[in-house]
Amino acid sequence: MIPKLMQYVVLPTVQAQASRRQFLLGVFAAGTGIAVGYRILAASPAVASGTPADEAGPHTFSPYLTIDGDGKVTVLSSQFEMGQGSYNGLATLVADELDADWSAIDVRGVAGNVKAYGNVAFGGAIQGTGGSTSMVTSWERYRKAGAAARAVLVAAAASEWGVPPAEITIENGVLAHPSGKTGGFGAFAAKAAAIPTPADVKLKQPGDWKLIGNAKLKRFDSARKANGTEQYTIDIKLPGMLTAVMIHPPLFGAKLKSFDAAAARAVKGVVDVVETPRGIAVVGEHMWAAMKGRDAVTVVWDETAAEKRSSQELMSMYKDLAGKAPTAVARKDGDVEAGFAAAAKVIEASYEFPYLAHAAMEPLNAVARRNEDGTLEIWGGHQFPDVYQTLASQIVGITPDKVQLHVMKTGGSFGRRAVFDGDVVVEAVYIAKAIGYRAPVKVQWTREDDMRAGRYRPAYVHQLKAGIDSSGKLVAWSAHVVGQSIMAKTMFDGMVQNGVDPTSVEGANNLPYVIPNQIVGLTTTDVGVPVLWWRSVGSTHTAFAAETFIDEVAEAAGRDPIEYRLSMLEPQSRHATVLKLAAEKAGWTKPLPKGRFRGVSVAESFGSVVAQIAEVSTDGKGGVKVERVVAAVDCGLTVNPDQVRAQVEGGIGFGLGAILGEEITLTAGKVDQSNFDAYTPLRIDAMPVVEVHILASANPPTGIGEPGVPPVGPAVANAVYKALGKRIRVMPFTKTLNA
Amino acid sequence: MVTLTINGNEHQVDAEADMPLLWVIRDLVGLTGTKFGCGMAQCGACTVLLDGAPVRSCQTFVGDIGVAKVTTIEGLAGKVAKTVQTVWADLDVPQCGYCQSGQIMSATDLLTNNPKPTDDDIDAAMTGNLCRCATYHRIRAGIHEAAKRLEA
Repeated sequence: MIPKLMQYVVLPTVQAQASRRQFLLGVFAAGTGIAVGYRILAASPAVASGTPADEAGPHTFSPYLTIDGDGKVTVLSSQFEMGQGSYNGLATLVADELDADWSAIDVRGVAGNVKAYGNVAFGGAIQGTGGSTSMVTSWERYRKAGAAARAVLVAAAASEWGVPPAEITIENGVLAHPSGKTGGFGAFAAKAAAIPTPADVKLKQPGDWKLIGNAKLKRFDSARKANGTEQYTIDIKLPGMLTAVMIHPPLFGAKLKSFDAAAARAVKGVVDVVETPRGIAVVGEHMWAAMKGRDAVTVVWDETAAEKRSSQELMSMYKDLAGKAPTAVARKDGDVEAGFAAAAKVIEASYEFPYLAHAAMEPLNAVARRNEDGTLEIWGGHQFPDVYQTLASQIVGITPDKVQLHVMKTGGSFGRRAVFDGDVVVEAVYIAKAIGYRAPVKVQWTREDDMRAGRYRPAYVHQLKAGIDSSGKLVAWSAHVVGQSIMAKTMFDGMVQNGVDPTSVEGANNLPYVIPNQIVGLTTTDVGVPVLWWRSVGSTHTAFAAETFIDEVAEAAGRDPIEYRLSMLEPQSRHATVLKLAAEKAGWTKPLPKGRFRGVSVAESFGSVVAQIAEVSTDGKGGVKVERVVAAVDCGLTVNPDQVRAQVEGGIGFGLGAILGEEITLTAGKVDQSNFDAYTPLRIDAMPVVEVHILASANPPTGIGEPGVPPVGPAVANAVYKALGKRIRVMPFTKTLNA
Repeated sequence: MVTLTINGNEHQVDAEADMPLLWVIRDLVGLTGTKFGCGMAQCGACTVLLDGAPVRSCQTFVGDIGVAKVTTIEGLAGKVAKTVQTVWADLDVPQCGYCQSGQIMSATDLLTNNPKPTDDDIDAAMTGNLCRCATYHRIRAGIHEAAKRLEA
């Protein structure tokens, strides 16, 4: 039962693809310094040096892979790795087409060749990782790269052995001919890399895949993560490198007036204290020296233009705005007023969502070094590399091709390293410049910096209203979203059309249900708190509001929540299919043990559809525990089924932590939380048992890094309602459950 | 100068007494497997063993260590630890992997003292180790699997 072929174009985040592309091209054409297709220092050192590679390699086959003389295949990944497994996914595509030995595969992040690495889902004119698009942009590209490399390896072996290429087979990294001749990739790598790769290659048929879709395939990088040898940005140590910590403005928008660093300079190990446009940097021989020095700096800030409102004030303003007419309309179907007028019953609810921190385990950092030849190197989590390359080049006053980015793996990101202003990356460059480029410098944020210096999931208020007729049919729906825009006034401003930032309403303006009369309105607020995409972006709040409110509507109609949803879905739709799969696997129609309660939800994000059924237990004293979550996933064809499971398991834990207890609040503009004592992601004792069921599909792969997140909140909230009779409409849950 | 024994090797480091062991290990000795996550013993990413017992190195001051022996992920040895590390790779427990050195330190300590932990035992022993990727489902499974292999 395969649903109709999915269409990327229906995705809200990609819907305005053309406009985003046009916009970006417009920027490039305007001469801001980024040139389309501009090629900087080539990715591999051997190529960068311009000298012919010796037998040891690496031998470059394309911008996507190299092979060493010892047979090691290195996949050059356009997609940044933050734990989501994109490196593994891209390696799987290459290795399968190449018939490589999986144990001889490694992956390295690359940047600086937008023609080769531009994200197809973003229009192709910019390299970037986000929107769960890594497999979407890589699916053809990296399989073709593997197949092309295979073809030239075969050609090289055929010429050396004097046999027709068609008689050569490859298995597990070994080329063989029926005559008994065999050889590894390494033996032919140098020769093969010199042969032009064919423009057109034939890809394997699905039946011939050995690695793609193989549920038993293990990640290539787990062992190094279990023995402490994996290298992150924090682990970079260059000869003579200094470490800096920042003093950021205490309020968003505050400006530096003056500072006194005399005492700081006297701290042992402190090398310098410098001013940058982003704050003061205390530079030390090591992290602890810089931290001690920082404590000794006194600063006077000009807070005139700073955002000084508290989150409570903002929320109250948002609630007020939610009751008024929206300033923009994201969707309008039918005659909403008439629909409500004719309804037998109308229900209303409002929802509150706080600011959320990404709080990745590795606090933000970057390393910058200016070389004697004038080039600049930056090590970091380069989620938007072209942007950072350009910004860095402008700070230093060199052309972008003189900036080489080393794309590091990072300890999480969840969207945090995909920033418009290059925050921590440009800080490293500013500091290097301020100390006269006399040493390489690593800027390392502490947890407090990471939590207080901003970029949050915006706070939102949703006002929802639904009307049902006398038979319980949903005839009118109105949603009003109030909150900050992520993309307005950034390089993605062109994506905001008719006052609608698609990331504010995705998941709200594309409800799968048949509702004849509906309106989705948006009021975008102007607040000085820096915001950003946070794993699953708009669907972090839209799915919660829609899917808990649909539950209320089902109850008002006196119907079963799944049966009611199915009644408004095309029977063969992806939503209906995953709902039915989840219901079957969770035993929806079977009675639960005493003290256990179920809730359901379904949400589409980033081209994938996920249904979840949560089971909660009560302690009889008003407390609830999430015991089990059953997820059914349609993410198209699964390249790494076990990694799809891992992303959904982790997404459930990530989303659950947020709705249960995470919030960033402000008092007079200052962020109240600073560490994990007050900002509380999920811990193991609150992690439910998770079951992930993947729908078999032959459609092209869609997103999986984020789509596991949106359904968990509403599924749990709907179960909590069954358990306690309380509708949860204010996040996090602690606000309702402890009330 | 302070003398420390880390993973069986003696190190002379130029550190003041109030310097956290975490930064001594990372910045002065140069072992990077021990991670910085919070700096206030809230996340467990910096967990190391001190005479075999897990401590948060960000809140352990070098002046207080004396002759106690420090073990980091790089020096982790013994059947329990090696089994845990093997299982972690076999089950693909890590995602970003940043917290996993600390998780493995705590899991090894748990299994050393409690060869057959229940889910509740695991939750109690591991709750100090945050994983923002929320790999908890597999951490639990990994500890059970390691216990099974160690029993065999």
